[in-house]
Parts: sequence; C-alpha cells; structure tokens
Amino acid sequence: MTTDTQARPAFLDEETTDRKLCIICSKGTLDMAYPGLVLANAALGEGIETNIFFTFWGLDMVAKKRMGHLKATPVGNTAMHMPQAIGPLPGMTTMATRMMKKEIAKLGFPEIPEFLQTLVDSGAHLWACKMSADMMKLEMDELFDGVEGIIGATEFMEMSEGAQIIFV
Amino acid sequence: MTTTTIAGREVRIDDEGFMTDPNEWSEDLAPVLAKAVGIDELTPDHWVVIRFLRDDFAAMGETPTLRRISTVAGVATKRLFELFPKKPGKKMAYVAGLPKPQGCI
Repeated sequence: MTTDTQARPAFLDEETTDRKLCIICSKGTLDMAYPGLVLANAALGEGIETNIFFTFWGLDMVAKKRMGHLKATPVGNTAMHMPQAIGPLPGMTTMATRMMKKEIAKLGFPEIPEFLQTLVDSGAHLWACKMSADMMKLEMDELFDGVEGIIGATEFMEMSEGAQIIFV
Repeated sequence: MTTTTIAGREVRIDDEGFMTDPNEWSEDLAPVLAKAVGIDELTPDHWVVIRFLRDDFAAMGETPTLRRISTVAGVATKRLFELFPKKPGKKMAYVAGLPKPQGCI
C-alpha cells in the first residue's frame, strides 16, 4: 500500500488527446443499426470527436420516413437460431422485429431516432452519403434534422484525415 | 490499492483515481474532487446530478449511465456535457466518489 497526495486523476491524462473517430453505417436493418451508434455513444462520452457517415442502406437510419421503422429479419441470419426455411414465411420479419425491439427496450436502449438525437446532443456530427442520397432520391429536408450535410467520398476522406475508422 | 489524501482525509482509490469505497465519501469531498477534474465550482445543477448518482448507486448497486441520468433524473444529455465536459460519465462518478459507469449507454 502506498500513499500519495491527491493529484489529477489518471483517467484525465488523455483528455487533451486529438483522437478522432469516423463510423461508417452501411446497413439498414434494426440489428445492424445499433453497433455503430453504441460505439459512437461510448466515444463521445470519452471526449473523442465523432463523425458518423451514413451510406447505402445505412441511409435508412437517418431518413425521416424510415428511421423509426427499421426491421430485423431472420432471412439469411443463422444467428437467429431457427431453421432457415421458416425465415421467409409471411409475418416472420414483423415478429423478429417486434421481439428485437422488446429486448432492446428491456436493456434500456433508446429507439433509433431518440438514440440519434442523444448522439447529436452529445456532440456527434452526422453526414449522409451523396451517392446514396442521389440513388434513393433523398434531399436534406427528408433527412433527420441532426444530419449536417450530404457529402461525397472525397469530402469524407478529407474529414476523416487522422481519424480511426469503423465500418459497420 | 492506493490511498490518497483528499481534503485532509485518507481515502482508498484505484489505478485510475476513482474512490473504491463509496462509504468513505461525503459531500464535503465533492468540491475538492471536482477541482481535480477541472470543475472550479459546483452549481446546484451539479449537485442534482451528484445526489442522483449517490442515491441511484445505493439503490441499484451500480453507477448510472448518462442515459439513465437523463431519462430517470431528467437532466438533458446536452446539460450533462456542459456540467461535466469531455468525459461526463467518468467525471461525475469521480466527483460522487463512485466507480466509473460500466453500462454501454
């Protein structure tokens, strides 16, 4: 056992870091929407500058009309542990989605729109992919208010200079 | 395990500086701990958060996460980042003499 005088606590040592994180969200299913947002939330709580880039199907996560209705499906997902032939039956996606939402709520996790608002309130920067927005014919006013802009791949490269990148 | 002296009192801390025994904490330590993480003055809003953390820890056995504080204590996320900048979860736990929060959200 040692004794020392009270000093700056060790967890503050990295506070002045310029650590930067870019998370690319490319999936539009309910189950794949969460990993990127959970990591973003943790990063923001650590004082890390966080940008989230929504591309391809991931754009559904910030499309006003769709973000509240993402679905989970057992089709092609062996981790749902049911015979693969049952997955495509009518009603299975609705059921899987309802079950997953229930489990997520039980853990105290917010639904996607509320989660995104929390991230924005915590200082996250959200960006939509230009190619995906063009393909899906989505304009800025059809995207979640927290999205700061629709940017292309080159702008993403500029923005992510020196950042760690996570692709989901 | 290390011991350190805070406001003239000897307390035990872990490697990161968090107090390891919530019973060694009392409200008079909070302003001293706050200064160590760069918060010069504890406002009534800080105290709302600190007292919620203490009560919730006593009831639930774990340090509440930012989401729990915003949904249960009603302090907005934005405000939490203003009160305890940069690393709010860790800073508020530190000031309240509790372990750092473990929850993912």
